[in-house]
Amino acid sequence: MLARLYRAVARTMLVPILAVISALLAGSLIILFAGFNPLVAYAALIDGAFGSFYSISETVLRSIPFIIIGLGVVISFRAKMFNIGGEGQFYAGAIIAAWLGVSLGGLPMLLLIPLILLLSFVGGGVCGFLPGYLRARFGASEIVTTVMMNTIVLQFVSYLVTGPMQEPRRFFPESQEIADTAKLPVIFQGTRLHAGLVLALLLVIVCYIFLFKTVKGYQLRVVGSNSTAANFAGINVRRNIIHAMVLSGGMAGIAGGLEVLGITWKLFQRLSPGYGYSAIAVALLARKHPAGVILTGLLFGSFATGANMMQRSESIPSVLVNVLQAFIIFFIVAYGPFEDYIYGRLGLSDSLKKGEPA
Amino acid sequence: MNFFMTLLQVTLRTTAPLLFAAIGGLFSEKAGVLSIGMEGYMIAGAFTGFVAAFFTNNIYIGILAAALGGLLVSMIYGFLTVRMGGSGAVVGTACVAFSIGATGFFNRVLFGVRDTFSKIVPFQEIRIPILSGLPVIGQILFQHNLLVFLAFLLVPAAFFILYRTTFGLEIRSVGEHPRAADTVGLKVHAYRLCGIMISGILGGIGGGYLSLAHANTFIEMMTAERGYIAFVIIIFGKYHPGGILLAALVFGFAEALQIRLQMQDYDIPYQFLSMLPYVITLVAMIVAGRTVAPNALGLSYNPFRKSLSKGVK
Repeated sequence: MLARLYRAVARTMLVPILAVISALLAGSLIILFAGFNPLVAYAALIDGAFGSFYSISETVLRSIPFIIIGLGVVISFRAKMFNIGGEGQFYAGAIIAAWLGVSLGGLPMLLLIPLILLLSFVGGGVCGFLPGYLRARFGASEIVTTVMMNTIVLQFVSYLVTGPMQEPRRFFPESQEIADTAKLPVIFQGTRLHAGLVLALLLVIVCYIFLFKTVKGYQLRVVGSNSTAANFAGINVRRNIIHAMVLSGGMAGIAGGLEVLGITWKLFQRLSPGYGYSAIAVALLARKHPAGVILTGLLFGSFATGANMMQRSESIPSVLVNVLQAFIIFFIVAYGPFEDYIYGRLGLSDSLKKGEPA
Repeated sequence: MNFFMTLLQVTLRTTAPLLFAAIGGLFSEKAGVLSIGMEGYMIAGAFTGFVAAFFTNNIYIGILAAALGGLLVSMIYGFLTVRMGGSGAVVGTACVAFSIGATGFFNRVLFGVRDTFSKIVPFQEIRIPILSGLPVIGQILFQHNLLVFLAFLLVPAAFFILYRTTFGLEIRSVGEHPRAADTVGLKVHAYRLCGIMISGILGGIGGGYLSLAHANTFIEMMTAERGYIAFVIIIFGKYHPGGILLAALVFGFAEALQIRLQMQDYDIPYQFLSMLPYVITLVAMIVAGRTVAPNALGLSYNPFRKSLSKGVK
């Protein structure tokens, strides 16, 4: 029993770990090519992410949006939908949080924050619904529609922060700061780590239960693994596709809401450093499993904080982490065909399941 | 020059990069491979083209470098999807992320964060003798830079190659029925890689157009989802060069229109005008519906397995 569990865990983690190591090695070539020392660069990255208690807290803080949007992408992946609209859905949630955080500031905190997060979920969900519906009804590629939605929502944010939602002095392109009752409480004194972390971990559990212990989650997964079979079994494929996209978008919406309520307290144009795109890598590296998302979310959070340090102290542009994320996906794909072979050599194959594709 | 003449003239210029990308993507899709990575080829081409032109002061070397930049990224895409059987969506998205990240990284390494952009001398306008002197249409059609003319010449060229040459027939057969093509001795993977490489070269040139003939500089993420729009243009144009020309003109017109409207001092916030091409893309996807795509589009082919598979995610 225990041995089987060990083999299963080792099997799932091996390729992601190899992919991350390979991506870091490939990244070091890029750093070398740009005329820097990779060892110094990575040392700064690690120091920036884990060097002190405060930087660790920042790493955890930055991992929250990766974890939550990553969960959303996991849900959509399970239904074989490719949601790269996380960016737009994130901003949809952020818009709602920035708006209600100001206008409903009179409500008590215990009512206000859940209400805002719920509506952020709805906002993101609406942005997920449209691509889902277009896919289900017209067969429109959700990759393209979500990318278009991202651009449209970003333009809308640009309009809001220079127009109707701009701060009262009309000086900066950002919204008014939300009311104190809407600000998420900090859970560790002296850091910025807010209660959103608890919510993120709760969502991981909820997402796991939803996908693997409920009928709805089961239907989503059947639709994802074989839509023809799902259809024959009487599962409404189109409806499940839409539901998956709504849930996926809703997750990103919550992440956007948390970002505003917990960290920035206002809406502005560069709120997200591309969370929605990184979330694809987060979900793939987690092997489309909610539990894995915690680990990969933390990894990406550490990249994000570490890269800032790397830029400050070694003046190596922090966009390097985007290249690393792309490399990670490249290597996951590249190692795919060799997986079974590697397991066989390392004695990780399950004897009972021999011959079955992993 | 009045509003409409300028509008139509600008339309041809905004259509050109879309045509490069869409015709390029067509070669990949006809061979059965989704051209999701197109945005990546374009941004890579925009950057390598600009860098080469900037340091050599030669715009033609710039265009060559743009083609090579697009080719490089497309080869990553081709290797991972065709050889390793990866899903086009996953690898394509990663290619876009890689290109955006790598061009952003090297842009900052080479030029630093700056307020004034380093510029190059762009492609100059060519006036075709006699024709450019024609009233109205002379100005709209025959006074453009070299790349605009090339983009429109690509359409008949692509038609000829795809439908009148053996190579074109072979490309199409690999996309329609890879097993049958394999049975008659065609190397399916080789043809698919070939299609992808053509799409990379043309996509790179399309990106190079933006930095070398349009903006005269490189701005991060300057392709602004044109690669994805090209992807839609192929579907909207029903996988045919002629259809693609019309579809590209529609999108080029939308972009030209929003640029022109922004210059007129209307009371519409400019952000809503900027949304226009993207909203039209969404509408186009609804209108286009389910078209006749190549039969084996997006399915990876393994000569040793019986069935085609959708690729591992």
